[in-house]
Amino acid sequence: MNLLSKAATTLLLISLTSVSYATPEQDKETFQSFYTERFPDISKADFGDGVYALDQDARDQWEAMNDFPPYEDNLEEGEILFSTPFENGKNYASCFENGGENIRQNYPKFDSKRNMVVTLELAINECRINNDEEPLPYKKGDIAKISAYMASTSEGSEINIATPTSKAELAAYDAGKQYFYSKRGQLNFSCANCHIQNVGRKARSETLSPALGHPTHFPVYRMKWESFGTLQRRFDTCNKQVRAEPLPGQSEAYRNLEYFMTYMSNGLPVNGPASRK
Amino acid sequence: MAISRRKFINMLTVGSTACLALLSPITSWAAWASDAFNATSPDDAYKNLFGSTDTVDSDEVKLKVPKIAENGGAVPVSVKTNLKDVESITIFVKDNPQPLTATFQISAKTIPDISTRIRLAQTSTVTAVIKADGKLYSKSQEVKVTIGGCGG
Amino acid sequence: MKVKAKAKNNITSVRVLAKHPMETGRRIDKESGEKIPAKYIQELTCEHEGNVVFVAQLGTSVSKNPYLAFSFEGGKKGDALQLRWNDNTGDVAKVEAKIK
Repeated sequence: MNLLSKAATTLLLISLTSVSYATPEQDKETFQSFYTERFPDISKADFGDGVYALDQDARDQWEAMNDFPPYEDNLEEGEILFSTPFENGKNYASCFENGGENIRQNYPKFDSKRNMVVTLELAINECRINNDEEPLPYKKGDIAKISAYMASTSEGSEINIATPTSKAELAAYDAGKQYFYSKRGQLNFSCANCHIQNVGRKARSETLSPALGHPTHFPVYRMKWESFGTLQRRFDTCNKQVRAEPLPGQSEAYRNLEYFMTYMSNGLPVNGPASRK
Repeated sequence: MAISRRKFINMLTVGSTACLALLSPITSWAAWASDAFNATSPDDAYKNLFGSTDTVDSDEVKLKVPKIAENGGAVPVSVKTNLKDVESITIFVKDNPQPLTATFQISAKTIPDISTRIRLAQTSTVTAVIKADGKLYSKSQEVKVTIGGCGG
Repeated sequence: MKVKAKAKNNITSVRVLAKHPMETGRRIDKESGEKIPAKYIQELTCEHEGNVVFVAQLGTSVSKNPYLAFSFEGGKKGDALQLRWNDNTGDVAKVEAKIK
C-alpha cells in the first residue's frame, strides 16, 4: 500500500474508533468513584455530610449542635411562608407537582421550551410572579426559608436529575462543567482544585469538603451566617474567597453550575436543610 | 430573692395558696454568684465561688470538648461523672474576660451529666470542676479557636 | 424557650434552647460606635412537682441562645415541667413543658 492510501486507511480507522467526549453518565461514574475510591470507608450516601464525614472532631461538634438544631425557628417560618396563600388566594402548592412536597430532589430541571435550567429558587420566584407577587431576593432570607422547608419534605429521597440528552441540555451541562473545572479569581483556583484535587486536605485551617454531596444538604444554615442560604449564596462566598467576582443570583452561569453539580450527586439522598459552620 | 422571716411567718399564718405560689423559689441555693462571675482571673473566680483554688486533677471528671472549635461562639461542652455526692459542676475558660462560664447546682435528684454551648474568646483551656463530698475535682483540655481560611 | 423532655426508666432527660442574645457588654454597635450593654441570662431553673431539679447559673461566656441538657431522677410521660430564667436586666421567661 502506498503512503497516501496508508494515511487514508489510518484516518478512516481513527474516525471509526473516534474519540467521543464522555457522556454525562460516564462523567458521573468517574466523579463518584473518585471519591468512593479515595475514601473507601465512607459510604456514598454519607458524602452528603461533607467535612463531617471526614473529620471526627468536627462531626462530634456538629452532632452536638444537631441535638437542638439552630435552624428550627427558621424552618418553621419557612413552613408558614410556604403554606400562606398569596393575595389572589392561590399558594405555592398550586405551582409545583405534588403540591411542592417531596420534589426538591428533581431540581434543577431543564426547561426545553425556554432552553434554560430552572432551579428550585427560580421556580419559587416564578410562582410568585405568576401570582402577582413581588419576587424575593435570591440567595438568602425568605426564599431560603421556603426552599429549606421544601427540602425538608424530601428528606431521604435520592437526588434524581434527569440525564442531559438533548443538544440544549448537554450545552447547559457542559457550561456548568466548564465553570466547575475552570480556574478563576486572583488566586486562580477552580472548584475542582479544592473540592476534587485537594479534598480532605486543608486550606489554612479549613478542611476541604468533597464536591460529591455538595448540593444535597442545601439550603444550609451556616453558623457564620446565622441564617439559611442557598447553594448560590455559597457559590458567592467561594468566588470571593478566590478573589473572583460573585455573580447575581440565578445568573445563567450559576444555574448551569448547579445543574452540573447536582447531576454529579445523583443517587445521594437529600439531607437538607442542614447546619454547617 | 430572699424574703424576711416576718413575711414568711405571716404567709404561713395567712395560709393562702396564692401567697405560697408567689413565694415559688427562683433560687433554692445561693443567689447568682456575681463576685465569681465578675472575676477576671481564674484564681479569683475559684476563690469567690469555692473559697479555694485547691483542685485535684481527676479522671473521674469526664470533660468532652472539641480539640479545634468549629465556631468560637458556640463550642459544645459536656461534663459528667460517676462520683458520688456531687454538689456542683462548674465550667471555666481560662483566657476569657470572665473565666467563670457556668455553674450547675446538683441536687439529690439531678444527674451529674450536663451539656451546654460556650464562647471562647481565643484558644484557651477549658476546665470542668466538680465539687463532690466537699472536695474539688477537675479536668482540663485546650480548645483551639481559629479564624479559619476558606470556610471563613 | 424551647423544651424537649423525655422520660425513660424513671429518668427524665431535658434539653432547653433559650432565646436570648447573651450580650457580653463588650460588643461595639457598628452604627453608633457605642458598646452594646450587657444582657445575659443569670439563672435558669427547672421544677418538677414542686421540686427544683436543676439550677444553672450562667455568665457572659455562655453562647447566644443558650442550650442546656440535663437529666433528673423521676418524672414520667405526661408530667409537667416548669422552666424559668431571669437575666441581669430583670427580664424573666417562663414556660411549662410536658414530658414525652
